[in-house]
Amino acid sequence: MGNYEGNGIPPIGSVNKKGQVYTDPNELFFLSPRTQAFLTGSEVIKEAVKRASVDFSVAYPITPQSEASSLVGELYADGYVGDYMRGESEFAVMGQCAGGAFGGARVFTTTAGPGTLRAFENFPMWAGSRLPIQVVFTVRGVNSPLSIQPDTLEIAFMLETGMLLWHAETAQDLYDYILKGYIVAEKPEVHLPIGVICDGFFVTHTKDMVMLTPENKVLPHYNPYASPVTCMDMESPPVRLMRDPFVMKSNYISYMTHASWQLEIRAAIERSRKHTIQLLDGLIEVENPDADILIVGSGTAVSQGREAIRLFRDQGMKVGLVKIKTIRPFPYEEIKQATKNAQHIFVPEFNIAGWLAREIKATIERNERVIAGPHVAGGMTMPPEVIVEEIEKSLALRGKKEVIHG
Amino acid sequence: MSNKRYNIRMAGIGGQGVVTASHILSNGMVIMGGESTLVPFFGSEKRLAPVESYVRIANGKIYEIGEIIYPNVIMIFHPQVITHGKSYTMPFYSGLKPDGVVLINSDHPINLVPDEVRELKERNARIYYIPATTIARDKAETDLATNMAMVGAISAIMGIPDLPSLEASVKERFLGKGFVVSGGTAALDNVIERKFAKKEQLLRKNMEVISAAYSYAIEHGWAENRQAAAV
Repeated sequence: MGNYEGNGIPPIGSVNKKGQVYTDPNELFFLSPRTQAFLTGSEVIKEAVKRASVDFSVAYPITPQSEASSLVGELYADGYVGDYMRGESEFAVMGQCAGGAFGGARVFTTTAGPGTLRAFENFPMWAGSRLPIQVVFTVRGVNSPLSIQPDTLEIAFMLETGMLLWHAETAQDLYDYILKGYIVAEKPEVHLPIGVICDGFFVTHTKDMVMLTPENKVLPHYNPYASPVTCMDMESPPVRLMRDPFVMKSNYISYMTHASWQLEIRAAIERSRKHTIQLLDGLIEVENPDADILIVGSGTAVSQGREAIRLFRDQGMKVGLVKIKTIRPFPYEEIKQATKNAQHIFVPEFNIAGWLAREIKATIERNERVIAGPHVAGGMTMPPEVIVEEIEKSLALRGKKEVIHG
Repeated sequence: MSNKRYNIRMAGIGGQGVVTASHILSNGMVIMGGESTLVPFFGSEKRLAPVESYVRIANGKIYEIGEIIYPNVIMIFHPQVITHGKSYTMPFYSGLKPDGVVLINSDHPINLVPDEVRELKERNARIYYIPATTIARDKAETDLATNMAMVGAISAIMGIPDLPSLEASVKERFLGKGFVVSGGTAALDNVIERKFAKKEQLLRKNMEVISAAYSYAIEHGWAENRQAAAV
């Protein structure tokens, strides 16, 4: 390393102990040549973490993220991750992650389903403490009877934690979101934890084509001194936070301070927009925006939607698509604009609750246009044929009888 | 090449190399310059337990994920999938699209119940029985190469991926940068590798099995009407 300047952060252009060059994010993401690889989603997580200058990672196994967290352990063994340990439960893991981030480390972990819920108390704590920890949630079923299969219900629980939530559609998204996620989450005016979400099994265990950035280029080192709150070191213990919390004072000022801090967390989420738009090329992606019928979704429901659009196209029918990349911040304005001409808005989801349809209904005008569905849950897959059938059935009920099942 | 798309559902029993077969087929398609995704599906890893794997291969972009509910190609690696119901998908042809292909590893046609015969007929299914395990025993002297025979035959039936791409894929699987496999698969790999003193010998035997099954399919005229099976 040897290239340290004033604050001890290795500068852009210097190399880490593995010979990887700390690289400007824009150069890394947009200018560096990419090479094609055919990998499972779990392997993609490893490849991203290998290039993310991660200081600290904690692992606890739960399907379907076990493979990914164990691969991060291999990265540690090879010297690509600063430190790595196994937690004794997901609750402990997220507490240990907080410890690492309080101390100024870039932290990475993964969990899923019941693990997410077990760890849950930590997520709003992270956000309130402005810890830009990254978790990859490989979402799966959470409720009894036990299911290890893909289900996006757990995202509904995460919506108001104060975390940034990005929902990857593909392994490629997953790779890019992990790397870009740190850059946005660590902006001083954002500085929040980020959940990079992918659908368990559908993304983690599926082998897919991914374009990787060069192996010898890594994200800039995290700069803990750019945090909007002091990081915990020997000179500046977070006295206010740890020893003198608001809960000790039952008076109006303390309530007010707490309320305003919650507003500040939400404002910080909003402030992440401009950075996210630049890095992800917008918070949404739109295909055929002038179509009467739109499919709006996030995660792998988008992929199934694309195939449904292909099936409709074969029948000579034009159907549009809105892919929502970020759940928090939620792209309110973008969705309003993208759906303004649509007559029928279908929201396919891999959960029983239809939380995304609710978010959209709360966002757009004339929300009777939103049809929540189709839904599958408990690990069921959603064949494109089912989306087609749902759309045809709903439109027939709405009096558009000319649509006939193909 | 015109636009082709095959959704393949493979069903077999634990230890037969169903997931390995799907990796080899899938990677072969990628090596050939096409697109492919694969989804393995199994419960707790044990010999003889049901295993399914889903492979999509195409020469265009694939978005679809998850299990294949409506396949146009079904590969049955073991007769017990049908006769003992060792499968996540019952009946074995559930969801098969019209004019689809069912490739079954069995030395003899299996006695299906009348309803099954009728439903397969209604879908105009093309059912092919291949003695994959027998071919594996003849050419490689091990049941463990059954999966190679299945891959070879399906390559002949569909036309993609071609034999050179499959060979490159087999090489990568056993010699190349290892991919993430389950603990069970890794243990079986060791067994196979011990059986063949040299990896080169293992590769050659595997390719012999693939080629033999490929020829078997061609000789029986299964390669005709390839396009009909595309989604």
